[in-house]
Amino acid sequence: MSKPRADAYQEFIKGLWRENPVFAQVLGMCPMLAVTNSAVNALAMGGATFFVLVASSLLVATLKRWIPRQVRISTYVIIIATFVTVTDYTLQALIPEIHKELGAFIPLIVANCLILGRQESFASRQPVRLALMDAAGMGAGFLFALLALGSVREVLGEGAWFGIDLFGPGFEPWVIMILPPGGFLTLGLLLLLFSWIAERRQRLAERLAELETQTR
Amino acid sequence: MNELFWIFISALLINNFVLAYFLGLCPFLGVSGRLETALRLGLATLFVMLITALCAWLLNTYVLIHAPYLRLISFIVVIASTVQFIEMVIRKVSPGLFRALGIFLPLITTNCAILGLAIFATNRGYGLAEGLMYALGAGLGFTLALVLMAGLREESELAPVPRLLRGTALNLIIAGILSMAFMGFAGLFSTV
Repeated sequence: MSKPRADAYQEFIKGLWRENPVFAQVLGMCPMLAVTNSAVNALAMGGATFFVLVASSLLVATLKRWIPRQVRISTYVIIIATFVTVTDYTLQALIPEIHKELGAFIPLIVANCLILGRQESFASRQPVRLALMDAAGMGAGFLFALLALGSVREVLGEGAWFGIDLFGPGFEPWVIMILPPGGFLTLGLLLLLFSWIAERRQRLAERLAELETQTR
Repeated sequence: MNELFWIFISALLINNFVLAYFLGLCPFLGVSGRLETALRLGLATLFVMLITALCAWLLNTYVLIHAPYLRLISFIVVIASTVQFIEMVIRKVSPGLFRALGIFLPLITTNCAILGLAIFATNRGYGLAEGLMYALGAGLGFTLALVLMAGLREESELAPVPRLLRGTALNLIIAGILSMAFMGFAGLFSTV
């Protein structure tokens, strides 16, 4: 039984980078751009999405035998909506200021295609343990992407990170970064960076393989 | 009357759903490849938004006063089933219209712009007339953004762009510039 453990690890790690939901699959963009004008908001949104994704994957993977195929999508949506409602009320009770700032975007996690996509393509076909690892990996990858975007926008747009002033009073903030256009531009550039790194790694791997065949 | 007009203009231009609220980005990036499809999708979305506004108002007025925590679930279920039902009716009554809206109707149901519309309208406490006006503005604004984006993308196909930048990265940067242009409309309010 050593192989399943390696599999579970693989399912977790793939969501972080190789199949990162944002950078590689471009899923779940709507909530991600809207709330990432500061790192704290990004963290709260990422955490909420992480919880909803893991909880619904767990439930869907557990119940998959009893969910009729014809109504599976509606069932997933209702499960997701339930967990989102729970998250919404929890955040409202725990961190009311941040909840107010995120506003309508917490309920909108329901419409995040990433979550429904994982249920349909993974959780409904795999055992509970793998589904859990996959959801955790994807959730962490999404959180990572949100945090990267939120950090860039807050550092450039306010000269601060998590509310801590970084550059002192001489810094003129790039206001555009915390406004909507900044979200589009930053994500575009981050995607560019991601595909550049991916290409570099691929080229490196190719060259290594070439060298190996030559030395043989 | 004036109030309704401002709701319309604000949803259409100043607080454009796609470019200022980032709602409905998936179809915005996915279906904006060709001008004609973009226009059809936009009009289908407008249609669903009007239905949604009506449903949301009915739910809010008659059902959800008693159980506010069911808001999200009931919105989703009611909107999805209403759209499904209307799709069947249209297919029966007017095949021409059905072909024009085509597969977009069911796809739109999962669009976050639709749910966003219902939630925003509820949070602001809009009545029926205000809600419908808001839906009209938001739907037309979505169509406008989609059509503009499709036009820009058709042009950018021909431009010499570095290979790595092609695809989503370039589209996002184009969207950023478009969004910057739309920010100019924010000045409309101060002139009043």
